[in-house]
Amino acid sequence: MSVLIAFGIIVLLLLMFAGLYNRLVNLRNRVDNAWSQIDVQLKRRYDLIPNLIETVKGYAAHEKQLFENVTKARSEAISAGNVGEQAQAENMLTGALRSLFAVAENYPDLKANQNFMMLQEELSGTESKIAFARQFYNDTVMSFNTATQTIPTNMVAGMFGFTQREYFEIEEGSREPVKVDFS
Amino acid sequence: MIFLFLVLVGALGWVFGELTGFGYGGLAAALVIAAAMVFTSYYASDKIVLAMSRAREASKREFPHLYNSVEGLAIAAGIPKPKLYVIDDTAPNAFATGRDPEHAVIAVTTGLLEKLDRLELEGVIAHEMSHIKNYDIRLMTLTVVLVGVVVLLSDWLLRSFWWGGGRRRGDGNSGGGLGVLFLVGLALALLAPLFANLIKLSISRRREYLADASGAMLTRYPIGLASALRKISDDREPLEAANKATSHLYISPPKQLTVGGKVKELWSTHPPIEERIRRLEALGGAGPASS
Repeated sequence: MSVLIAFGIIVLLLLMFAGLYNRLVNLRNRVDNAWSQIDVQLKRRYDLIPNLIETVKGYAAHEKQLFENVTKARSEAISAGNVGEQAQAENMLTGALRSLFAVAENYPDLKANQNFMMLQEELSGTESKIAFARQFYNDTVMSFNTATQTIPTNMVAGMFGFTQREYFEIEEGSREPVKVDFS
Repeated sequence: MIFLFLVLVGALGWVFGELTGFGYGGLAAALVIAAAMVFTSYYASDKIVLAMSRAREASKREFPHLYNSVEGLAIAAGIPKPKLYVIDDTAPNAFATGRDPEHAVIAVTTGLLEKLDRLELEGVIAHEMSHIKNYDIRLMTLTVVLVGVVVLLSDWLLRSFWWGGGRRRGDGNSGGGLGVLFLVGLALALLAPLFANLIKLSISRRREYLADASGAMLTRYPIGLASALRKISDDREPLEAANKATSHLYISPPKQLTVGGKVKELWSTHPPIEERIRRLEALGGAGPASS
């Protein structure tokens, strides 16, 4: 009789462990998904920019420096190697775009152009979505990290090598206003 | 809360069965009807509600900012982007419906779009999205159906007293025990619908507070929603597209349906606006924006 009880307890424990393991897998996959969601929004931003430049060129063709800055920042962001480089390039791109929109204020015809207004809204929306995607990523990382740290999931996490993930943080340096400079 | 409901339904069904001699048949019949009601409202709730409110689908071209806000907040919430509808009405209001995040719908009035600024609009949308994410629509559908079952059973119980009570009493020896049962059943039949409704309204209010808090977590800016709520509640216009059946879905009870007086709070589907604003501002006070 007692053998049966012991057997039952072992089965119960195994089921519990399986449940915890599955939960960790779920949470980790959510983190990975959230990370690639950020990329989706970043790509969207890169795709919008050529159209924007063409539209502005139609009204302010002589603002050559501006266009160069934006184009260069964009290619650097696309080709960035690691997360640090990408964050820096992204910041430059944001700064360059901001200058572009500031200059566009001087061209009332451009401001009234339907295409331009749509692109402006789209870009602003995309930047919002990048922020939301990063926020969601951080939320999923928090859930996952908390699971790997709390009892009893931490035991399963240790056994199967579920390591904590890093938060997406803005580096100290990039809190300064961005100077767009390609020297 | 749901447990209380089930207890209520179970008690009614049992008493009904005992007194009419149907046994468990009464309870079974009630459950079958409840199931049918659940399935219809569950699968068609969004279409029904949208038709009742005269809403039209919002295109990205016509409402770019609204569309982008909804898309962005859906990303922050980790749910698929809900379908977006607009109601042509100058009264500012919004609602969400749909049985789960994959089949969700958010509707806003043109009045809301005109009267709120970007941050306030995002606050409202985040609140609606939280209802979807927290499966509140599914919960309230279930609740409404349970209320319906309770009302149905109470009604049958009362009818059975009226028609069959006389025969029962003449039955001799078991008269004493049956008499007590009779009284209990009568009390239940009269009070149950009342309690069922009170429970339903209490659930609804709690979920509203939860949606406020979840929405604040999505935007990380509770003041946006607080400010929007103040604007919406100050607006004196009645919302023509709403009626009693759909009022509980809206973010704030449509003006023409609010009841005055002390009893108001207990019978309202939404918590008092002042309290909602106070709670949101208490959340917001902890953030970096406070002095």
